[in-house]
Order: sequence, then structure tokens, then C-alpha cells
Amino acid sequence: MSTGSTPADGAELPAAFAEIADDFHALTGRDRLQLLLEFANDLPELPPRYAEHPELLEPVPECQSPIFLVTEVEGSGREATARLFFSAPPEAPTTRGFASILAEALDGRTVGEVLDTPDTVTGALGLAEVVSLLRLNGMAGMLARIKRQLRLKAGL
Amino acid sequence: MTVPADPTPALQEYAHPEKLVTTQWLADNLGTDGLVVVESDEDVLLYETGHIPGAVKVDWHLDLNDQVTRDYVDGEGFAKLMDASGITRETTVVVYGDKSNWWAAYALWVFELFGHADVRLLDGGRAAWQAEGREMTTSADGAPAATTGYPVVQRDDAPIRAYREDVLDFLGGQLIDVRSPQEFSGERTHMPDYPQEGTVRGGHIPSARSVPWARAAAEDGRFRSRPELEAIYREELGFDTAAPVIAYCRIGERSAHTWFVLRYLLGFEDVRNYDGSWTEWGNAVRLPITVGTEPGEVPAR
Repeated sequence: MSTGSTPADGAELPAAFAEIADDFHALTGRDRLQLLLEFANDLPELPPRYAEHPELLEPVPECQSPIFLVTEVEGSGREATARLFFSAPPEAPTTRGFASILAEALDGRTVGEVLDTPDTVTGALGLAEVVSLLRLNGMAGMLARIKRQLRLKAGL
Repeated sequence: MTVPADPTPALQEYAHPEKLVTTQWLADNLGTDGLVVVESDEDVLLYETGHIPGAVKVDWHLDLNDQVTRDYVDGEGFAKLMDASGITRETTVVVYGDKSNWWAAYALWVFELFGHADVRLLDGGRAAWQAEGREMTTSADGAPAATTGYPVVQRDDAPIRAYREDVLDFLGGQLIDVRSPQEFSGERTHMPDYPQEGTVRGGHIPSARSVPWARAAAEDGRFRSRPELEAIYREELGFDTAAPVIAYCRIGERSAHTWFVLRYLLGFEDVRNYDGSWTEWGNAVRLPITVGTEPGEVPAR
């Protein structure tokens, strides 16, 4: 694993994030942005039960663009499976990219794994140089909201 | 050699019609020698999803801000950016962007800090171009080749940029706050949906008048007509075009939009943008603020 994918606090990155971080760190400059754009384009569509009921999703005001998310928990406690759903418009590709990274790394993992994800993970992906730290705050905001929802829904 | 101004009749009512171009004019003039189109957006990836053919990208945060000091790049940094973007000192630059050209106006203002002679805005920005179904591409074909020799120009801030000391001496003057009414009154310390750029205290600079920036933009993102703008800034505020104005917002980007309106569309002679804005003033030690919907009195000093 490259040294670039170690969060600031020195903890090991969870495997799924480490893989994504390595992919980003293998690229430079505009290519790194292109990879973020690929994530943005690959953000899964909302399933109809949410697409038809946007009021069920929670807004993430830390992002500069409108993004909404909702989580589901299959089971209870730390071993339950966490499902993540996001909605962001096409004119907000950076935000879509952030959501897509979180979906790829965390959707379908256990609630415990998601809760153990260090909050510093968003700063370890090599994105600060290409999108700026300020904009990365939005991704940290999404992660914080995901964790809070999961804690409630899994009864932790 | 600069490119002739857009002669579209609708633009001629403005004080400086040469500072705006229409989407049709730009479509007709793409590829003209001496013209470079610059996209400047809030969303750093939007350009990559598709842009006007031949346009280059300038990001306000990564390209125009100094990464160490809260300031803009210096003359060398700007010259390097211009060379990489294929812009010479003589180039006509047309800037466009998302969000009714907020960030495009901000980029234009930074170009003018360096005295770049011919910088214009695409009226309506990215949204107007797209709404008309005009060509967008992800291809770099048609982008200008890098150039060399853009002069290293000392930034000249004084004419169009205000620092906090300037604002402190200006209280009671034609000071305009372009943030949302809730930010002005102090009910909010950040723009709706932008909490990461908040401040310790809510309110506004004493004596400032409140005119949210978006009042100058029509629903399609284009600027409102001159009579509509006169009604807001001249009649409603009673501002005098011959007297100086300072505009501010949260970090200076929304106020760059108002700065453009006052300076170039209404012909105010002396307009400065206070880019420190509320994120500086609202947090600064020993600076007075006013809470509530009224401009408030100028405090005794």
C-alpha cells in the first residue's frame, strides 16, 4: 500500500478505501479528476421507492451542491448490513463523485465497518490537490450523516 | 489585437456593452484569432463533463487563490496561468460559468486586478448556452496552444479591491451587502447550504445596505435590463454613480457579480469588491457589527 493512502492519524485505511485511494494516487492532475468524473457518472440511480419519495432522503448541507442521502440497515447491531442511497443532480459532478466513492467503499458492508471508518478517510484519497480541501468538507459531511443514521437505525 | 465588441442591440443599453457578449455572438466567433474562452465554475468537475468547444478551465480556488496566504496569485503565478491557457496580454477573454456567472464574474475581477485589458462575460453563462442546445464537448480539440511571454504584472489592487481598513474608513458610504437577508440580519452565519464557510458572529457591517446579488440576475441567468437594474441600485438604494461603492458578501465571489453590475452595466465610476468580506469582518477582533434588518448607525471611533 502506498504511503499516500494512510490517514492523517496514522490508522490503516479500511480496505475498500485503500483500493480507491491507490487508484487515485496512481494518477496525477487532470487524470485524477477524470477518475473522479468516472465515479460521478457511475453513481447508482435511486431505486424507485426513493426516487418517488425524495422527502425520505436527508439533505447534506456541508456540500455546496444539493445532495440527499438515505441509509437502510438489514438486521441489527454492528453485524447488520448497511445500504446507502444518494441523490445529486448532474450539474453537481464533484458532489456526485464524492457520493459514488462512499457508495463503492461502504454500501453493503457491515454497520460496524462503516462506523469504524476513520473520519479522516476523506482527506486520504489524494483529492485535496485536485478539488481543494474546502470542497472535501462536503464528503466528510456525508460520511458523518451516514454514520449517524446507521447508529440510530441499527440501535447502537 | 482584440476582437471587436458584440454589436447586439440588447446589450447597447448598458454603460459598457463591450464587457458582455451574447451566446449567439460567441457561437459565431468561436475559433476567432485572439479570442480565448475561459470556463470558471463553482463545481471543479463541471468543465470535465462538457464545455464550450475550445474553452479552457480556470478554477477560482486552485488557480486564482494563493495556496499559502489568503490572497490571489502573484504576477508570476498569473503569467504562468495565462501562458498555460494560451492567453497573451492582447487576447480577448470571454469568461462563462455556472450559477449565473458568479464565479465567472469573480475570475473576471481577478483578471482585472492584473490589468488584463479585454475580459468579457458571456451573458447567462453556462446555463444559457446549454438551454439553447448549443454545442458542448469533452474534447480538448480547438483549445488554444500554450503561449509564452505573458508579462509578469504587479497586481494593482487599489482601484477595484478593498481591504478591511478601507472598509472601516468607509462606514456610512455606499456600502452594499449582497448576501441573503438571513445572513444580513444575523439570523444565519453562512449562506443557506454553505455552513463550512461560516463565521463566529452573525450580522453585517454597520451602515451596509442589503441587496442580495441574485436580484441582478434574471431567471435564465442573464443580467436584468438596465432599467430594472437602475430601479434597484439607483432608485431603491439612492446610490450615486459618481460616488464610490464597496460591495461585499462572504468571501467576495457573489459581490464580484454585483461589482460587475455596478461598474460595467450601470457605469458607477469607483466600485471596489471587499473580498475579505464577512468571513474576515465577522471574525475579526475589534471590528463593529450590526445585527438586524436595518443598516445601523456608524459607531463612534
